[in-house]
Amino acid sequence: MKQIPNTFKAGPDENGHFGIYGGRFVSETLMPLILELEEAYRAAKADPKFQAEIDYYNTYYIGRPSPLYFAERLTKHLGGAKIYFKRDELNHTGAHKINNCIGQILLANRMGRKRIIAETGAGQHGVATATVAALFGLPCTVYMGEMDIERQQPNVFRMKLLGAEVKPVTSGSRTLKDAMNEALRDWVTNVADTFYIIGTVAGPHPYPAMVRDFQSIIGKEARQQMMDAEGRAPDSLVACIGGGSNAMGLFYEFLDDAAVKIYGVEAGGHGIETGQHAASLTGGVPGVLHGNRTYLLQDADGQIIEAHSISAGLDYPGIGPEHAWLHDAKRVTYTSITDTEALDAFQMCAKLEGIIPALEPSHALAFVKKLAPTLPKDHLLLMNLCGRGDKDIFNVAKALGTKI
Amino acid sequence: MVATGEPRIAARFAALKAEKRSGLITFLTAGDPNMETSLEVLKALPAAGADLIEIGMPFTDPMADGPAIQRANLRALKAGVTVKKTLAMLTQFRKTDQMTPVVLMGYYNPIHAYGVPAFLKDAKAAGCDGLICVDVPPEEDQELALPTRAVGLSFIRLATPTTDAKRLPKVLQNTSGFLYYVSLAGITGVGAVDPAAVAAAVQRLKAKTPLPVAVGFGIRTASQAEAIARVADAAVVGSALVDCIGEAAAGGKKPAEIVASAAALTRELAGGVRRASRQ
Ligand SMILES: Cc1ncc(COP(=O)(O)O)c(C=O)c1O
Repeated sequence: MKQIPNTFKAGPDENGHFGIYGGRFVSETLMPLILELEEAYRAAKADPKFQAEIDYYNTYYIGRPSPLYFAERLTKHLGGAKIYFKRDELNHTGAHKINNCIGQILLANRMGRKRIIAETGAGQHGVATATVAALFGLPCTVYMGEMDIERQQPNVFRMKLLGAEVKPVTSGSRTLKDAMNEALRDWVTNVADTFYIIGTVAGPHPYPAMVRDFQSIIGKEARQQMMDAEGRAPDSLVACIGGGSNAMGLFYEFLDDAAVKIYGVEAGGHGIETGQHAASLTGGVPGVLHGNRTYLLQDADGQIIEAHSISAGLDYPGIGPEHAWLHDAKRVTYTSITDTEALDAFQMCAKLEGIIPALEPSHALAFVKKLAPTLPKDHLLLMNLCGRGDKDIFNVAKALGTKI
Repeated sequence: MVATGEPRIAARFAALKAEKRSGLITFLTAGDPNMETSLEVLKALPAAGADLIEIGMPFTDPMADGPAIQRANLRALKAGVTVKKTLAMLTQFRKTDQMTPVVLMGYYNPIHAYGVPAFLKDAKAAGCDGLICVDVPPEEDQELALPTRAVGLSFIRLATPTTDAKRLPKVLQNTSGFLYYVSLAGITGVGAVDPAAVAAAVQRLKAKTPLPVAVGFGIRTASQAEAIARVADAAVVGSALVDCIGEAAAGGKKPAEIVASAAALTRELAGGVRRASRQ
């Protein structure tokens, strides 16, 4: 019989395992670096000065707390649960990614690192990394798949304006997973001075736990804000999942609130049955990639299958190991939304709420659209609106057959 | 009697020691540019002077490899290579060569997908002597290193310039067969080896382990192989040979010509290694 843990918040163990997931599957060259990073993060976490620095930048640079917003017209339109948005799309740089980047750049500073690298899919993490690198005066190289460069042009230009070098990745599927391979190759080559800012709750330990910690401000604020607005905790949470950082950021605070239902929404692409999707939990099996064991899209021979999603930020064949564990433990329900459903939700949000969401949270929204009508009117449904859609308008126009 | 497992590797290093020379280890990617040619290249390597052979098992995401081996992986995957076919190729090779130690090298996921116990059983049956798995560090030893040694195969670990004195015992703990020193912090096929730095590093390693020390990364030419052979028990050449096969294949050469190019380069490298006699 599987033992039900009395807390879902204790992970990972000292070797970075969430149950059988996670760990440190990297080459020997990187091992000393991630051990050093783990030690530095442990020390920083225990240092009130480090937390005070994060608080300062959260308030004055990112603009936190992000509002909790009652989406009244959407609620009326769907005719069920009371829908709230956690508006991390209003953060500086337009997504939740900056929460993590501030934490990691402050850590890089403490460790005396002089050069920053990152991988990016949608370009949001690349923009956030380029932003904090500019803020701290450090040179920055961002790896981005050629295919993503094509579909996220505005963000490529943004990164360049911020002084970052954007290196196109031409290997493999030319998307996020290949950008991560390339960033890891850079890191093993430049071990002495480089800090790798990973953009999601993936990679080798301590990244999944560290990125979750930096993002967990989302859930902490949301609990307080919901308390202020409704006098109680939300009844359910919904977030989209690429690697899973905005989702872990919202979920973590509530994992031990047994009454809170939690939904993670993966990218269903053209539909799970077509094989062209990015839903690793729904359509993948456990394996080892990018430093950790988790669910992966792979063939019977253990070769990684290219993911597909209209949203570059969700187009990844893996998922953070903590999600894999929460999935097996059945604490979080994981589901998927297709490209078409996400596009519909994208337009609905713009017209009903005057908010243009990113394509990534449009997946969460499309699920809310299905879920809300099945729930009573006093049900508090909280969705993480983790990014704004400015970066996506060209791509959406193309998908809708509009020339701009 | 045919030696298997650790004895075949140990026997080869003992023979090299008796010959007062260092060894040449050549790397090729299984199924590059296709299964048939790859098997013929493999068969030609020992006669051309390879003392030990590493067969790379292709993976879609070879994080520790540079462009040359990345391309080789893609060529092989496109040609339809699988772990099973790689093991079948080794079985074929063993029909004609029972002396040359063969080490399988790769990333964990294809082994994980095959299933560790099944993989080890089949690899051993195919005539494999040892395993190098790039992305399973000592911290995850129970995953692969311990099961590998339990079936009597060597688990060959990489030590790198970032492996400091404090960490070295951990790296050595479950290593067997030989120790593979990665001569530079970086990926395969990029950068050139620095023989003086390698000499110092090998000395440092040898003080802590009785295992032979092979050195790889950044060795492309006969003279580089010679310089490394002076200071280490073996020199590993990967990307240069993989490039040689890749270029011949891209140039539309026939399988026999591809084999001939690979053999010629191996002879040249072996010549370098053999010039560096050791006391
Ligand atoms: C707005 C937005 N949401 C979500 C994601 C997916 O990442 P994660 O699952 O780590 O939140 C991205 C990634 O680029 C993004 O830009």
